Amino acid sequence: MSIAGIFEHPLGRLGLDSLPFWNMLQHPTKGNIINGIIATGAASVVVFGALGLIVVLTRYKLWRVLWSEWATSPDHKKIGIMYVVIAFVMLARALIEAALMRAQQAYGLGGGFLSPDHFAQLFSTHGTIMIFFMAMPFLTGVINYVMPLQIGARDVSFPVLNSISLGLTAAGAALVMVSLVLGKFSTGGWFGYPPYTEATFSPGVGPDYWIWALTLGSLGSTFTGINFAVTIYKERAPGMKLMRMPLFTWTALCTSILMIFAMPPLTVATAQLALDRYLGFHYFTNALGGNMMHFANLFWLFGHPEVYILILPAFGVYSELFSTFSGKVLYGYRSLVMATMAIAILSFTVWLHHFFTMGQSANINAVFGIASMLIGIPTGVKIYDWMLTMFRGRVRFTVPMVYSIGFILLFVLGGMSGILLANPTVDYQVHNTVFLVAHFHNMAVPGLLFGMIAAYHFWFPKAFGFRLNERWGMISALCWIFGFMLAFFPLYALGLMGLPRRTVAYTEPSYVPLEWVAFLGALLILTALASLLWQLWVSIKQRDENRVFAGDPWDGRSLEWSNSAPPPEYNFAVIPEVKGRDAFTMSKEGGTAYQRPDTYQDIELPKNSAMGPVIAAIGFTLAFGLVWHIWWMVILSFLAAVATLIIRGFARDTTRIVTAQEVRQEHHRWIDAVAAATAIARVDENKPANDGLAQHASDGVVP
Amino acid sequence: MSQQVLKHPGLNLGPAHGKDDRAAENMMFGFWVFLMSDAILFGMVFATYVTSVHATAGGPGPHALYDLKSAFIETLLLLASSFTFGMASLALKYKHGKPRLIGWMVLTLVLGMVFLGFELHDFSSMFAKGGVPSRSGFLSAFFDLVPLHGLHVAAGCIWLICLVGQILRYGLDTATKLGIMRLALFWHFLDIIWIAIFSVVYLTGLT
Ligand code: HEM
Ligand SMILES: [Cu+2]
Repeated sequence: MSIAGIFEHPLGRLGLDSLPFWNMLQHPTKGNIINGIIATGAASVVVFGALGLIVVLTRYKLWRVLWSEWATSPDHKKIGIMYVVIAFVMLARALIEAALMRAQQAYGLGGGFLSPDHFAQLFSTHGTIMIFFMAMPFLTGVINYVMPLQIGARDVSFPVLNSISLGLTAAGAALVMVSLVLGKFSTGGWFGYPPYTEATFSPGVGPDYWIWALTLGSLGSTFTGINFAVTIYKERAPGMKLMRMPLFTWTALCTSILMIFAMPPLTVATAQLALDRYLGFHYFTNALGGNMMHFANLFWLFGHPEVYILILPAFGVYSELFSTFSGKVLYGYRSLVMATMAIAILSFTVWLHHFFTMGQSANINAVFGIASMLIGIPTGVKIYDWMLTMFRGRVRFTVPMVYSIGFILLFVLGGMSGILLANPTVDYQVHNTVFLVAHFHNMAVPGLLFGMIAAYHFWFPKAFGFRLNERWGMISALCWIFGFMLAFFPLYALGLMGLPRRTVAYTEPSYVPLEWVAFLGALLILTALASLLWQLWVSIKQRDENRVFAGDPWDGRSLEWSNSAPPPEYNFAVIPEVKGRDAFTMSKEGGTAYQRPDTYQDIELPKNSAMGPVIAAIGFTLAFGLVWHIWWMVILSFLAAVATLIIRGFARDTTRIVTAQEVRQEHHRWIDAVAAATAIARVDENKPANDGLAQHASDGVVP
Repeated sequence: MSQQVLKHPGLNLGPAHGKDDRAAENMMFGFWVFLMSDAILFGMVFATYVTSVHATAGGPGPHALYDLKSAFIETLLLLASSFTFGMASLALKYKHGKPRLIGWMVLTLVLGMVFLGFELHDFSSMFAKGGVPSRSGFLSAFFDLVPLHGLHVAAGCIWLICLVGQILRYGLDTATKLGIMRLALFWHFLDIIWIAIFSVVYLTGLT
């Protein structure tokens, strides 16, 4: 390409026809108008949402706060919260899309209201968002917030890298949001199989949006994995041996290791697809020696470990919840650790079950089928451990516990259908039907999503200093559980009746009643989301009654409960000494909690850094330029990225000191508050009397 | 031989470097983990290459395109550069002074750049014989693997220049020392990858 060529089309492929209502204006048929109105409505939500945010930030003069307290902060707690915010925003979008798909299928006998292309965009964005921009940010956020506190660390090992990871994820999420306004997203599903996604068959910008959003997200996750793993290996408080770590930290470690090993195959797959599309390479094309099976292998070499990246942290959350809300030591700690490791290792040996039907020999299928079934064993061990943790405990039916119990019941069902699918002969019958859709939602929703929402309820008081409203939490939890059952159980039946996945319309009348049940389920799930938002609103309004500054609202067991809520930015005034498992419970029982140490030390913290937001901005413009073939933007962004990294290399003086005096003051203020608080019994934990100081009792006995 | 405990795998700065040695522990461990992830990346690209060698689609294959002499010279250049970087690391560890350290680093840089020069020359002669990436699955895979290594070397060269700049600007402070140590690992890592490329791509391809 010549220099002049770069500027020949300064806006690349962008044009009026990239706008969501253009087609409807040019060709105003009934179908085009309906689809155009829906697409334009979605785009306006993005545009007006962004404008509204800008107005609010300006009106209340919050730009400075946003920049210096949040965007540039290297504090793992704030970064964690920002990840979770991204996750909730993306969850809302993906759920609305899900309900729209269910509505289309409910009306889908012989047509429906959405065009096939529009429907394909919906399942592609829904799947892509749920996996990469809802689940991944959610679990990364929760681990970010909780894990350093649990191991008694001041921060992660590389705080600025942490903020860069957040920036990359945010840029990817922003790209997916922009695709609502400009152009169309991919129609190739969440795994974007070529050759369909090659330039020959999908010449538009859709697959490019998908490729670059995933690339940004997966780079962010790779760095996150490295950061977490190093933190867990190197930053543990004295005495926090590996086998004393809380189970959530163990799952965080396994997830991080999976991220380190499993993200590169995805990066290679998307990069090769990009080379095919942009430079005419032949990795996955039909002609000239390309082979799409390479893509299938690379993608699922990432994809299967990915589902364990998603589920393991949720397992960790449930382990903490069952133990805390049963008032008991976690049953079978050692076996839970072993099971987690076993799952992590096995997860690399089963990727082929995602394409049993794509041509390898029966023997190979048998090997991978058996390997897949084996994963059921460690998972089963876990289920028993959790049940035995509850056994003879005083189980408290708090909101997180309701999610956990819903999880156990439903997850076992999903696991059963997974064992069925792991049998290649069965898979030949039901692959590519909505039976599969039911199976993986049965794992993703009660497993991952309930776990994350339960984690949000459990640790919210720690992060913000007040408890969430219990009543609305309960309403939301029940809507989630029953909504899930209504929305997905019918799909098992529909799948066995032969309804293919990704179907926009059908001609078989017997599908209709079950489709309607599923649609009602989707509406109930939307209600659940609305209740969750309403709960947040109500809780913020009532925050003064529900403060838990003393920091331990649930009679917690691990170190994150041993400081104030919210914790100081350096986490611990004095790094704790760990004597065993359930470190905080031990110090409560031994009477060594809430001490006033004689001396304090200066604490060194990283200074704020603009690296995160700058990389986010550059990553976004680079990807946007690539999507739309705006070459000058690509070149400038690339140069800017290199320059930024070089300049960062020359940065010195990147830390600041919190003086011992300040640490002492803050710590004493908290200890004074603890002294002034009355310890409450567990029956009162959801009443305003709960200031965050717990009456502690030994195993199983609840005062 | 000293009996000190190693803080991280590889060459340690040693207690004589005081706080810099302690700071190295987490940073170097983290970089090892990063290299592990990068190794997987190369592993996947190698796998693509190995499974695509025969997908020449009637176009030119290894025999028509590869130049073993040039690849051998490249190997020697890279091995030599690993040696010179090793000398730089020793100069850092045993405090032989900035001029010697910078001298070895610059020598490494020159070797790295000559390597890149040879490699680009290889590519252009392959292009001249019709060996362009869009010709076949085999050539696509080749131009994924070998230039990916080349890009890593180029990034290493830029990093090297920046580190020399940092030495001149700040002297051998903690950040500069850790930078040199990480780049050293990176450089040796790329050497190992190249050995694999030389064996799997060039030697195997020409037998
Ligand atoms: C909770 C409510 C949810 C509802 C109502 C819902 C609904 C749907 C629907 C209707 C489809 C299209 C099915 C088809 O192909 O026929 C779908 C696909 C999908 N969903 Fe969900 N979903 C939900 C949650 C989730 C969650 C939590 C995740 C993952 C973390 C997820 C991941 C996916 C994926 C990966 C696909 C496949 C997309 C593709 O075909 O490429 N969903 N979902
Ligand atoms: Cu799988």
